[in-house]
Amino acid sequence: MSAAAVPTTLPKPKSRFSAWKRRETLAAWLFLLPAMIGFIVFFAFPAVRGFYIGMTDSDLLTPPTYIGMENYRDLLEDKQFGRSLIVTAYYVLLNIPLQTFLALVIALVLDRFVHGLGWRSLMLLPWLMPNVVVALLFLWILDPGLGVLNAMLDAVGLPRQSFLGSTDQAMPSIAGINIWRHVGYNALLILAGMQRIPKDIYEAGALDGATELQMFRSLTLPLLRPIMLFVLVTSIVGSFQIYDTIAVTTQGGPVDATRVIYWFIYQHAFERYNFGYASAASIILFGILIIISLIQMRVLRANESDLA
Amino acid sequence: MATSALEREPIAPANDDEPVHHKGGFPAGKVIAWLVVILLAVITLFPFYWAMRTALSTQRDLLSDPATFLPANFTWDNFRTVLNLEEGTGRTFNFWHYLKNTVIVSTIVSVSQILFSSMAAFALARLNFPLRDKIFVLFLSALMIPGIVLMIPNFVLIYDLGWINTYQGIVAPKVLMTPFAIFFLRQFFLGINRDLEEAAYLDGAGFFEVYRKIIIPLSQGPLLTLGIIVFVTEWNEYLWPFLVGRGEDVRVLTVALSVFRSQTPAGSPDWPGLMAGTLLAALPIMLIFVFFGRRIATSIQFTGVK
Repeated sequence: MSAAAVPTTLPKPKSRFSAWKRRETLAAWLFLLPAMIGFIVFFAFPAVRGFYIGMTDSDLLTPPTYIGMENYRDLLEDKQFGRSLIVTAYYVLLNIPLQTFLALVIALVLDRFVHGLGWRSLMLLPWLMPNVVVALLFLWILDPGLGVLNAMLDAVGLPRQSFLGSTDQAMPSIAGINIWRHVGYNALLILAGMQRIPKDIYEAGALDGATELQMFRSLTLPLLRPIMLFVLVTSIVGSFQIYDTIAVTTQGGPVDATRVIYWFIYQHAFERYNFGYASAASIILFGILIIISLIQMRVLRANESDLA
Repeated sequence: MATSALEREPIAPANDDEPVHHKGGFPAGKVIAWLVVILLAVITLFPFYWAMRTALSTQRDLLSDPATFLPANFTWDNFRTVLNLEEGTGRTFNFWHYLKNTVIVSTIVSVSQILFSSMAAFALARLNFPLRDKIFVLFLSALMIPGIVLMIPNFVLIYDLGWINTYQGIVAPKVLMTPFAIFFLRQFFLGINRDLEEAAYLDGAGFFEVYRKIIIPLSQGPLLTLGIIVFVTEWNEYLWPFLVGRGEDVRVLTVALSVFRSQTPAGSPDWPGLMAGTLLAALPIMLIFVFFGRRIATSIQFTGVK
């Protein structure tokens, strides 16, 4: 995908041209230098080092000792690790289908009926808020004793719930909080995809006597495939990394109902200073996310070129 | 409120008033759609209203009256206490200090990250050199790595440098580049017409001059948008500043709020105080939303679909 060459501007003598090329290359590397340093020091090097730390017994205070795959073997037998993966997957299942469905519905409503950018921007407000702020707002709303949601349940004669305080309801509550934060953002992404669909397709569909629902199913949805792929991949990958909300509200509890993989890694690394073990767990998470992304691309790519 | 102010002046070429498509929508559908939108707006805004209502109540009256619509025994005291306008309440939430830290960290990160990322994006979009596209793909591949994978080695690095509880420790990983910033700016730079640039080179302009006098001025909009996004992202950051900057001296608002929350007695948390602090921490983001919400909404259409 290389763009057209810039300086076709100095074509005459060959030596001047190659001098220009040399200067251009040198300039390019100077422009890239700060970002390159940042990339190497804080992205590439730690990525490699993460693999290495995962193969050591490392606690910051004593020099790390190389132990090969032992951390990985231990992790495979660690019931808490397996449990944290299950809890995380459970969260993703509570979060993603409902969130994506709601985002699609909201996008449809906005696309069809609401054209003011002000209303659309409002959907972004929760997404712009710090996770910590959102978690605290809902910690209070969902409070078992004084929370307003329980007061509302009282008012309509339903039994009070303990929400974040109950092993059964903690995870759905966390999922609800994050759906509130992310649904508008995802709706705007999907809306952007909808607006790329040429309108004459619908006119042709209407001429053929297709109903609204038929057009949605056989025109809108397939043409949205690329953007749905983007939304699903980013939101699933993001969901697997749920942390802030849990750190502020349940801290992995009650019991271990919300001890997701990030919390597991955080505890091993920064509460027990078991950096090797935590790194190995983070590498496994990395592997899982890559596999999931690849599967999604495979499954959803088939019709990518529908519009072409 | 916010919305009506936002509705007035479109910033970007409006993409929302395209001609009405697939029929006009039948009236019943329209009514239902507007009910849905109003319901969404209420759900979006209610948590903020409820925090406000709580922050304007006294702790004692809140216990006996937790759920009426208006504040229980209206008072500004909780805001006054959080803002340290009153002496001797013994509260440890030093709002102005944490605000200062958050502003320092977010400003350094956004200004510096955008400067260096724009330079890199200029090289990647406007210059020709060997390996250019490979380097770009390499930068992008870092987007795939989950934060925690990098966070452990980066923590070890910051620890070894002796930068725990310093500003430089908090800002270091994002001060030179993020893959997202480079990706975002490269996309814009690619779209700029080449005529001006070539004329400038013919007039003997150097590469830096072209970057500074042509590319940057032509990209003010995208640079501002990215600046806002980076600023807000940094403002909201929690885990990293919690790991490397928990000390009172450099503690940022998000970390301070979580410490404040964990310090309140489990039996009877100081909800009015906590909500006052939460709202004050969110206030700058709300202001950014009011002034720039439409700009961010428009940019999402750009980043979302490639």
